[in-house]
Amino acid sequence: MGDPIFFYLFATIVIGGAIGVVFLSNPLSSALSLIFSLAGLAGLFVLLQAHFLAAIQVLVYAGAVMVLFIFVIMMLNLEDCKKHLKVSFASLIGFVIALNLAIVLVMHVSAPLFDDGVSDKTFGTIEGVGQLMLTRYLIPFEIVSLLLTIAIVGAVILAKKDNPKETT
Amino acid sequence: MDILIFILKIVIPPVLVLNFIPLMIWFERKGSAYIQERRGPNRAHILGIRLGGIIHNFADVIKLITKEDIIPANVNRLYFIGAPLIAIFVGIVTIAVVPLADSVQIGEKLVHIQVADLNVGILYVFAISSLGVYSVLLAGWSSNNKYSLLGGLRAASQMVSYELALGLTVVGLFMLAESASVSEIVRHQGPHVLHWNFVQQPLAFIIFWIAVFAETNRTPFDLPEGESEIVAGYHTEYSSMKFALFFMAEYAHMVVAAALITALFFGGWQVPFLTTLDLKTQAPFYLYVTVLTVSFIALFFGLLLLSQFKKGKYRDARDYEVLVFGIPLFLLALAGGGSAIFTGPWALPEWGRVLFAALVQATSFGIKMTFFAFFFIWIRWTLPRFRYDQVMNFGWKGMLPLALLNIVVTGVVLLWKGNHHG
Amino acid sequence: MNMPHNNITKTLIEKFPADVIESHEAYGDTTVIVKKGRITDILRFLKEEIQPSFEMLIDLCGVDYLQWKDSARFEVVYHLLSLKTHDRVRVRAPLSEEDPTIDSVSPLWKAADWYEREVFDMFGIIFHRHPNLKRILMFEGFEGHPLRKDYPAEKRQQIPTAEIDLLHLSLQNRHFSETDHLPTRSMILNIGPSHPAMHGALRYQVELDGETIHRAVAEIGYLHRAFEKHSESSTYTQVIPYTDRLNYLSSMMNNVGFAHAVEKILGVEIPPRAKMIRVIVCELSRIMDHLVCLAAAFVDLGALTNFWYFFDAREKIYDCTEKLAGARLTTNYTRIGGVWRDISPDIITGIHKAFKVLDKAILDVSRLLERNRIFIDRTRNVGIISKEDAVSYGYTGPCLRACGVPYDIRKDQPYYDYDRFDFDVPVGSRGDVNDRLMVRFEEMRQSAKIIQQALTRLPPGPIMIEDPKIALPAKSNVYGSIEGLMNHFMIVTQGICPPKGEVYSATEAANGELGFYIVSDGGPRPYRVRCRPPCFPLTASSERLVEGGMIADLIAIVGSLNIVVGELDR
Repeated sequence: MGDPIFFYLFATIVIGGAIGVVFLSNPLSSALSLIFSLAGLAGLFVLLQAHFLAAIQVLVYAGAVMVLFIFVIMMLNLEDCKKHLKVSFASLIGFVIALNLAIVLVMHVSAPLFDDGVSDKTFGTIEGVGQLMLTRYLIPFEIVSLLLTIAIVGAVILAKKDNPKETT
Repeated sequence: MDILIFILKIVIPPVLVLNFIPLMIWFERKGSAYIQERRGPNRAHILGIRLGGIIHNFADVIKLITKEDIIPANVNRLYFIGAPLIAIFVGIVTIAVVPLADSVQIGEKLVHIQVADLNVGILYVFAISSLGVYSVLLAGWSSNNKYSLLGGLRAASQMVSYELALGLTVVGLFMLAESASVSEIVRHQGPHVLHWNFVQQPLAFIIFWIAVFAETNRTPFDLPEGESEIVAGYHTEYSSMKFALFFMAEYAHMVVAAALITALFFGGWQVPFLTTLDLKTQAPFYLYVTVLTVSFIALFFGLLLLSQFKKGKYRDARDYEVLVFGIPLFLLALAGGGSAIFTGPWALPEWGRVLFAALVQATSFGIKMTFFAFFFIWIRWTLPRFRYDQVMNFGWKGMLPLALLNIVVTGVVLLWKGNHHG
Repeated sequence: MNMPHNNITKTLIEKFPADVIESHEAYGDTTVIVKKGRITDILRFLKEEIQPSFEMLIDLCGVDYLQWKDSARFEVVYHLLSLKTHDRVRVRAPLSEEDPTIDSVSPLWKAADWYEREVFDMFGIIFHRHPNLKRILMFEGFEGHPLRKDYPAEKRQQIPTAEIDLLHLSLQNRHFSETDHLPTRSMILNIGPSHPAMHGALRYQVELDGETIHRAVAEIGYLHRAFEKHSESSTYTQVIPYTDRLNYLSSMMNNVGFAHAVEKILGVEIPPRAKMIRVIVCELSRIMDHLVCLAAAFVDLGALTNFWYFFDAREKIYDCTEKLAGARLTTNYTRIGGVWRDISPDIITGIHKAFKVLDKAILDVSRLLERNRIFIDRTRNVGIISKEDAVSYGYTGPCLRACGVPYDIRKDQPYYDYDRFDFDVPVGSRGDVNDRLMVRFEEMRQSAKIIQQALTRLPPGPIMIEDPKIALPAKSNVYGSIEGLMNHFMIVTQGICPPKGEVYSATEAANGELGFYIVSDGGPRPYRVRCRPPCFPLTASSERLVEGGMIADLIAIVGSLNIVVGELDR
């Protein structure tokens, strides 16, 4: 499915954006390249005919989550932070884990790249995702929603904490 | 043939939106003038032709293009220049999934009168328009101006908040149409006015409408550029064409929003009480009626214009403007009406019937859209502006719960109906 | 009227026998001259203990008596008002040249804060224990004190660089909520002097936390034109055009206010027709002023259309003033002893026509806004000031009445036969932005009512008094008789010479009490003219009013106070 040119285009955007996140010195630029990366990912979803996932990817990640990121960056008015490569123990461990992950992925993704890998018509559509969420992945879905509720309650409590101080 | 359709699909919608912008600006200026008991623009003319002030738009364009394009010192140039581009891009691209008429059968091919009939059309609109907030954010941040920053922050929080309500209201429509495709939703509403979604989903309609005002940053939600408070908000530092792009983007957003309201709640291209089939089969009769009506209206306006002629009113070419429009109108009306009366209803070939139906539907869509676009202007010159915290409270404590309630009620009603029918 | 005044001075002398130097009564004003040592005690006694109590510090100003023999160099003059009996008393405290200091009365009245700053700015008088004794109208770095008699009126000074200006405002970025994990900083935002909502050149510097205002400082003086200094070198008649520029929205009212003060010290009564015309132009000005105030406030709230409705009506009234005075904005209409031109029948029909437009405008706007949810949310319970605070700040006019104090000079100390008119004084209850705007709405209706009555009972007769020392003689007299020519010559070359003395006269201007305190040395030029601008106390209080609100509230509050910078900065 899809033109390989588009696949490579979007893949480049995804990876380029990801590299930008790590290497750009301006926090706002980093955040923006993350948005590019996410948009590229949405493009890959479109190539897989998963329009719903693509739309949700842009809507939720690029359109809402990252807006809040940038909102915070603007509010704090962060200065450029100089990033210098420093070999520490933590970075070493990180490197090893990343390498490991890459090897595992390369070894185990045996499927050919441009195959009609997706045979199911409902893959990535509203119906398909809905079906899966409410049947096969019901328990993880519920657990995630519980987690989100907890997170929201936590956020509200954190935000409320400040208030009495300010109003008095 | 395919390539021709392809090119047309790519070219027509942006051109449509871009051409609607000057019309909207004219509406804004002339509409606000009549609301405020003024005359509005009526001076600029080309060889005496003023078109009721539309020519002012040309003057505006020339002015905006030729003005000095100032990029202040200490701005982040990349983002500063990029922001207006995002704004106009988002404004134009969202029209892609809105159908202008029913799908047309040309030979063996079914041609959709829209750029792309995505099965997640609505989500596409929200996804793209949610990116619009970046233009405002980046403009506010990169301008290196406190007023701009405040404007950017206001815009970001407002748009994110109201996007939620906006997204939730359309869930009810999905449930009714059993699809997220805009063309499906339009088709599902049918030609009967009482089956349109503004009757079926009144709460959703009201919430959607209000949220759309917030999304387009129009009064009473124009806080991001609330001029009496934060000067001009996020576009304080912009000048020349970059400012114009923001300006155009605002109107493009309004056009798209009006198109969406029309498509989602007012039957889109549906002509009241007439299905596509009706239009096609009865095409000769309707064409006859249309030609007669249009001729009559043209006759009326032509005579009205001619009666306005008074030599020496302006003592220049403007004197003859009414004649320039009045005489052709009058003659056309006579010619069209006369020939229609005498040659009677014409037999139409198949393609003519199809074309006629599509044109009538597109006109229906255009009329509805124009009305809702005008509504934005009407509201703007009527209501005062909200305060920042009131906007937030209204969005989170008022609109969001109501939108959720709408989903629940719709679901319950659908289930109940399903049980009774099944 | 005389008895209570005598009682006041008697009680004061009994209470402070050693401190009262002199007391007298002239031109209907009670004056007490006291030693500066116990000024706070004396004023506190007047404010709190005496009956009737003088709750309000209407004005505080300085006078430089450099050219007067056997007089102390400076004097600080306090004008007090009792809200119960509407009595006034003037307290003067002389200061020597060597020691120009006096205790601050800012603990007693909040209004004293800014007034004393102005006296310090203009005369260099130091107020002990003043919380914030800094220049107010002149810029920081200005050398000398301009209203001192030895400061030459022609002297010009260069405004220093902007850095000093920034130091002048005390706000600096503060860290707050330090206990938090994220140390957040406040943002300092300049609103004005060039800002869409600062009508005129007013400047606020606010400290923001998000959109909430933590502290605010108002900076005034951008439009200072040295009205008071200017007046000292002009004849009384020449001052009238300057008064046009005070509250330029209702210039005729300022003309009347000043002429009223001069006539008070001259001890003349103007003819009844002139009185009635003055009432008409005053009320027309009040309507125009309120129209602009409300229209501008609505624009600031984002309701632009109302602006056009109101300005349409204002244009029609301007057409009438143009016919009457030959000018629209700076009318220069009154003369000492009367008015310049008579009102003609076509002006009267013009006024009636204008009122039709006005009625429709008021109706349209009130329909658009009065019950509009957004408008109510934006204005109700925003910028509340309590009755006590309003009195302490020296509020007058619609803003005071919006707090529920029904004080209106037209009713309480009627001049120009205002007591013979049938009109109501609208009073608010909450003292918020909504009340202030709505009181103005109603006042326009009442003013229209007064004008209708005045037009029906406009008496015939002259519009100037006949006194050859005050009024120019008729042209036929000037050309036809040597006496007329002499009179004309004397008035034009010499001017009007009121007797030596001092007078304070207050009129109810659109914005509140417009007071003129005139000190005359018997010459043709006033020795000192002090204008008490009604919006000066309003602006002083606005710093506190906006705190805790949001930026949008600041705009609404400033709009509702109707700060006219021409009159504020003088």
